[in-house]
Amino acid sequence: MEAAFYIAGAVAIISTVLTITRLNAVHALLYLVVSLLAVAVAFYTMGAPLVAALEVIIYAGAIMVLIVLVVMMLNLGKRAIQSERQLMQGKIWVGPSVLSALLIVEVVYLIARARLSGMPLGSGSGVLAPKQVGIGLYGPYLIGVELASMLLLGALVGACHLGRPVSEKAEARYDRNSDGSRARSGGNLVRAGAGRSPDAP
Amino acid sequence: MRRDLIFILMSVEIMLNGAGVAFVAAGSRWGQPDGQIMFLFILAMAASEVAVGLALVLRLYHQHHNLDADAFSDMRG
Amino acid sequence: MLGLLWLIPAIPFASALALAVLRVPKKLVAWTATGATAVSAVVSLLVTISFLSAPPAANAYTQVLWTWFDVGGLRPEIAFYLDPISLIMTLVVAFVGFLIHLYSTEFMIDDEGYSRFFAYMNLFFASMLTLLLANNLLLLYLGWEGVGLCSYLLIGFWYRDPANGRAGRKAFIVTRIGDTALVIGLFLLFHDLGTLRIQELMQRATEHWPVGSSAAIAAALLLLGGAVGKSAQLPLQTWLPDAMAGPTPVSALLHAATMVTAGVYLIARMHVFYSLAPLAQSAVAVIGAATLLIAGFSALTQWDLKRVLAYSTMSQIGYMFLALGVGAWPAAIFHFMTHAFFKALLFLAAGIVINALHDEHNIFQMGGLRTRLPFAFWTFVIAGCSLAGLPLITAGAFSKDWIIWGALSAANGSPEFWIVALVGVLLTSLYTFRMIFVVFFGEAHSEVTNRPGYPMLIPCFVLAFLSIVGGYLKTPFGRFVETALPWTEGARVLPITELVSEGIAALVFLLGLYLAYIFFLRKRSYATALASNPASDALHRFWFSDWGMDWLYDRLFVQPLVWFARIDKGDFIDGFYTGVTRLNEFAWRVLRRTETGRLRWYAAGIAAGSIVFIAVVLFL
Repeated sequence: MEAAFYIAGAVAIISTVLTITRLNAVHALLYLVVSLLAVAVAFYTMGAPLVAALEVIIYAGAIMVLIVLVVMMLNLGKRAIQSERQLMQGKIWVGPSVLSALLIVEVVYLIARARLSGMPLGSGSGVLAPKQVGIGLYGPYLIGVELASMLLLGALVGACHLGRPVSEKAEARYDRNSDGSRARSGGNLVRAGAGRSPDAP
Repeated sequence: MRRDLIFILMSVEIMLNGAGVAFVAAGSRWGQPDGQIMFLFILAMAASEVAVGLALVLRLYHQHHNLDADAFSDMRG
Repeated sequence: MLGLLWLIPAIPFASALALAVLRVPKKLVAWTATGATAVSAVVSLLVTISFLSAPPAANAYTQVLWTWFDVGGLRPEIAFYLDPISLIMTLVVAFVGFLIHLYSTEFMIDDEGYSRFFAYMNLFFASMLTLLLANNLLLLYLGWEGVGLCSYLLIGFWYRDPANGRAGRKAFIVTRIGDTALVIGLFLLFHDLGTLRIQELMQRATEHWPVGSSAAIAAALLLLGGAVGKSAQLPLQTWLPDAMAGPTPVSALLHAATMVTAGVYLIARMHVFYSLAPLAQSAVAVIGAATLLIAGFSALTQWDLKRVLAYSTMSQIGYMFLALGVGAWPAAIFHFMTHAFFKALLFLAAGIVINALHDEHNIFQMGGLRTRLPFAFWTFVIAGCSLAGLPLITAGAFSKDWIIWGALSAANGSPEFWIVALVGVLLTSLYTFRMIFVVFFGEAHSEVTNRPGYPMLIPCFVLAFLSIVGGYLKTPFGRFVETALPWTEGARVLPITELVSEGIAALVFLLGLYLAYIFFLRKRSYATALASNPASDALHRFWFSDWGMDWLYDRLFVQPLVWFARIDKGDFIDGFYTGVTRLNEFAWRVLRRTETGRLRWYAAGIAAGSIVFIAVVLFL
């Protein structure tokens, strides 16, 4: 049981590192899916079968699929990979690595300092059945459930509106203050905006 | 450090996932279901965020035809 | 009839107010302004007739309008005082002012700001009359300041040219120095004598101050300071030549006939102080004599027509000061009267010439106008002869001869003053005829474009007439002002009589005429030979620049002040406030760098910030 946990953990970490170093977006996404699955296994070994299942279904199954869908739709192609290769030189890893190292040190220090009375991982806790989670959700955390549902509703409406096809005229209006329009108008934004007729929203 | 918006979104997902792992581990450590409940909330939030974020990414790509995060610096001072 | 006295200053003042506040159409402006001055002149004539036919008690009339204020024992009133001196001066100022207003209705017709001009002129007119008629020194000072203000406004009338503004400022600042002395004098007088009413002042002065006391000398000298500033005498004379930047009617009215004589009026009015302070009176005479000479020499070298006349005015007022200083009080006032006539006429005729030649001011660019502008020529000649003192037929001769005689015979007179006055006659004759010969004779250098119309010709005609016949009023004049302004007779035995003195003066006049004739008409080669001689050229330039006084004042006063102001600009108090702004700007520039608009930058900021906070929580 414990070995499974450690292996799953190692897989998760390695595949996450690979995710963030890939040039191709699709490769990175696939590595991410692997990472999520490994984390699901880790959950299961920790005795949380519900969240393991949910992780696979929702996170790896819905969210990642959505991202893959969008990436495929954008159809970035070889040029994107080229630009990524150019940008991802050696030097730019320095800053994030330093910051991350500092964070790891801090977190480890925190955990080490808050050492409890030497109870190893996974013992004495048992499996937390979905039933208990459900009781908890409908009991003390009811309001969280309601808020989460409102959040999901808001996300739904927002995504719907943002995904709506946009007319050319409105797009020109949005384009008013962009760099392109600034260059076109020669820097004089007052005169640039003066010639437009006010569009009805 | 990565400029591509998709990568930024992905990194956000990784972060959320990581936080969720921490919650679940803590919950199972003390045998409370609260950790898993928190993870559920995080999951819901991540899902909605991905939905809206991808819609935005599509919009931006439609306007600027590139996904470079540095190009969207119109709000600079 | 005497009760109409207050109308004399009030009506022009009301007219000025109306012109300043209301939008009066251009045609009506001339009528309003000139009409106001005409009414003033008529009222002053009526008042004069009434005064002469039925003289009031003690030959003086006071009209009190209301009390100005009443603070701590100082209780000046708005009150007008009429006695022979103020009567004569009011009459002259009113009439000459009216004529000049009439002249300027045509002269200024092309200028924008027509009604502004007349508003200023009427305001000046009202202030001058207030000055003359004032019962107390505070009201006099009000009129004094009013004329100073109007002088500044009118000199810089064509404000679009910054040089005119500079000239106006220079006039105002220099006269301001004199005004400060005057105000200190007023303070001293009130402190010592407890009143500012003129008649009471003179009474109390004779009672409290012995002759030659320091208080009397101080008061007299301070008043002299004010007079010197306003009348452009040494050492405050530098503003008058530059004041010619204003329109010609302004030069005629302010700087020839009226404003510059305010100083003369002040000293004549307060003559009791000067009788009590012989030192101050001598100072008056010396200043007058010195200015007379200096201005005369400077007038010989000028090439701008109006500047010659400006220096001439300076010189003639020097004569008046000389007369005041030696104790020939009536002679000074009489010379003021004739000088108003012929100097105003000179300026008006010069205005006709300048206008006809389309704003040409350089006399060496004029010439041969005798045939082409005959009216201007004859009036100029009449006025010039009056100025120089052509005996028997010009008014100026009578008044000047009276002063010259007084320089020898009056209480403070001496042969030195007499000789100086005669040299002045020579200089006057020289520069006057130089002007006439160069402008009107010889060959023409410029074209005549504008011919004068009736509003410009009539005043010149009237003034020319007065310049001739004014002199005949000498004896009745003398008797008239005797009560208010006695001639103080000297005690010496004199080697010559008045007639001999007049004869000598006439000879000197003819000598000047002859010299001018030779140099400027007959043999111009003498003049050019003199000009090419380096010694005389240097002298010429020295006299041209008003004996270097402008340069001197610039070095002494203006440059140090400017230097100090420039240094003071960066002082430490300012430095503190600038430092605050600079700190602000620096902080802004630094913080602006963080606002890049780039997503990754912000994310990195969040990460770093959270690390820092966790570290703080952990380790501190």
